[in-house]
Amino acid sequence: MKTRKQLVEDVIHGIFLVLGFITVACVLLITVYLLIAGIPAIGKIGIFKFLFGPKWAPTNKEAVYGILPFILTSIYGTAGAILLGVPIGFLTSIYLAKIASKKVKSVVETAISLLAGIPSVVYGLVGMMVLVPGVRKLFNLPDGASLFAAIIILAIMILPSIIKVSLTALEAVPKEYEEASLALGATPIETYFKVSVPAAKSGIATAIVLGIGRAIGEAMAVIMVSGNVANMPTLFGSVRFLTTAVSSEMSYAVDGSLHQQALFSIALVLFLFIMFINATLNFFLKKEKE
Amino acid sequence: MQTKRKVYIYGMRALMLLSTILTCSFVVFLIGYVLIKGLPNITWKLISTKPSYLTGSIGILPDILNTIYLVLTTILIVLPLGVGAAIYLSEYATNKKIVGVIEYAAETLSGIPSIVYGLVGMLVFCQFLNLKTSILAGSLTLVIMTLPTIMRTTQESLKTVPQSYREGAFGLGAGKWRVIHTVILPCCVDGIITGCILAVGRIVGESAALLFTAGFAHALNGFFTGITKSGASLTVALYVYAKEQGEFEVAFAIAAILMILTVLINFSTTLVGQYFKKRRNL
Repeated sequence: MKTRKQLVEDVIHGIFLVLGFITVACVLLITVYLLIAGIPAIGKIGIFKFLFGPKWAPTNKEAVYGILPFILTSIYGTAGAILLGVPIGFLTSIYLAKIASKKVKSVVETAISLLAGIPSVVYGLVGMMVLVPGVRKLFNLPDGASLFAAIIILAIMILPSIIKVSLTALEAVPKEYEEASLALGATPIETYFKVSVPAAKSGIATAIVLGIGRAIGEAMAVIMVSGNVANMPTLFGSVRFLTTAVSSEMSYAVDGSLHQQALFSIALVLFLFIMFINATLNFFLKKEKE
Repeated sequence: MQTKRKVYIYGMRALMLLSTILTCSFVVFLIGYVLIKGLPNITWKLISTKPSYLTGSIGILPDILNTIYLVLTTILIVLPLGVGAAIYLSEYATNKKIVGVIEYAAETLSGIPSIVYGLVGMLVFCQFLNLKTSILAGSLTLVIMTLPTIMRTTQESLKTVPQSYREGAFGLGAGKWRVIHTVILPCCVDGIITGCILAVGRIVGESAALLFTAGFAHALNGFFTGITKSGASLTVALYVYAKEQGEFEVAFAIAAILMILTVLINFSTTLVGQYFKKRRNL
């Protein structure tokens, strides 16, 4: 027979078991709810018309729901941010990992974690007040709120994740590799780029994928600088991302209307993008562990 | 040395230095600009009153209180959940596959964009559980968002508790629960505190997940009525004032407050880390 003490232990074990699975439950909850909310509209509109339709006009008399502009904007925006942010972040992380003195490194690292902590609306506000007028003047445009401004904001916002993750990867490179290269006559800089970086490449790939995830999911900062018109993306045109499409129209879409359901479908598409990116991330993480 | 090689070396060095300086100047510019534009606009009247249509004045006291309510409710709920999940993973779970699944789920949660959380929070908490647009619904949404953070930091610090502590306690005849709450939990306080600070940072800075769950209201309420009512956090208020109403002075004042909070939160994370590191080495 079980003693009372044993029983208490079992109950507590049970409680912790439930708590342990809470993250799994949350993921399932989110997936199921998004599927339930997102699939009906896709069914009604037709998956090809929805995903590849070039026009989004939910308030027209004959409403059209095509989200190709949003998908392309999100892809271009993210690609642009990666193109700008990765080289800067990557070079900074090599500098910090290999060249910078301890003091410089700790100061810069503090600065970078501050950058990571700044709320996205603050990025948006500064972007709105500085970047948007700047872009307008510099390129002589009628309005500076554009894909270009969004790309710059996103590039700055993904810097911390890129720097932190590649820094960790670069620091984990065995010293012997570098010493061997130096002994063979390579200069330090050549060693960093031709030995350390290739040795840390899966960590750096992780950093890039993480940056992609951050950039594609950002909503509030880009809504404030991108102009928010459902155009096909052009670099200096006003554009709307997948994230901002949801956040800008959700408040006025009528409850239960096809319009609102279509917004849930957009969130579902975004979620699928993120799940794909997560799977890629995990693939690289596993590779790095090996 | 060949000139080509020399150019490569100096070129790369210069590029690295340039990137680092660029990164730092972003930080300095962002903080400096926001503080310079915002600090002069922070007045006692602004932070101690609520907005009034009669006098046309703007006050952000309700938004400050809403943010505090959000932080309190979220931390109160997420703390037991996250710490419990971490304890299950490191003390109870024996099956490696299960641990893998749970960790993968936590990883997935931390990658989901906040706007998606906002939508799901709206569907689940506001509509299905019928909490309406309220601070409580917003908090529950934030609980799911911050869960991975608390879990990860607690887990990290549970890993540093020496195995011999557990063996010693078991050897003295203590049951598992007793070992956990008398020996193991006190040893991982630092991880839990760090997790809380990080979570507070995330909550204070969050906006997209709160738009449709906690709403935009600026009413002045006590804690218990407050959490059942709709209320804008500081970030949401900033967004509304800047984007919809064009009140940039107020927006910058809020931004400056948020910036100061960000710096404080960062600073205290470092301090907590150093304090406990020192105590451990003693």
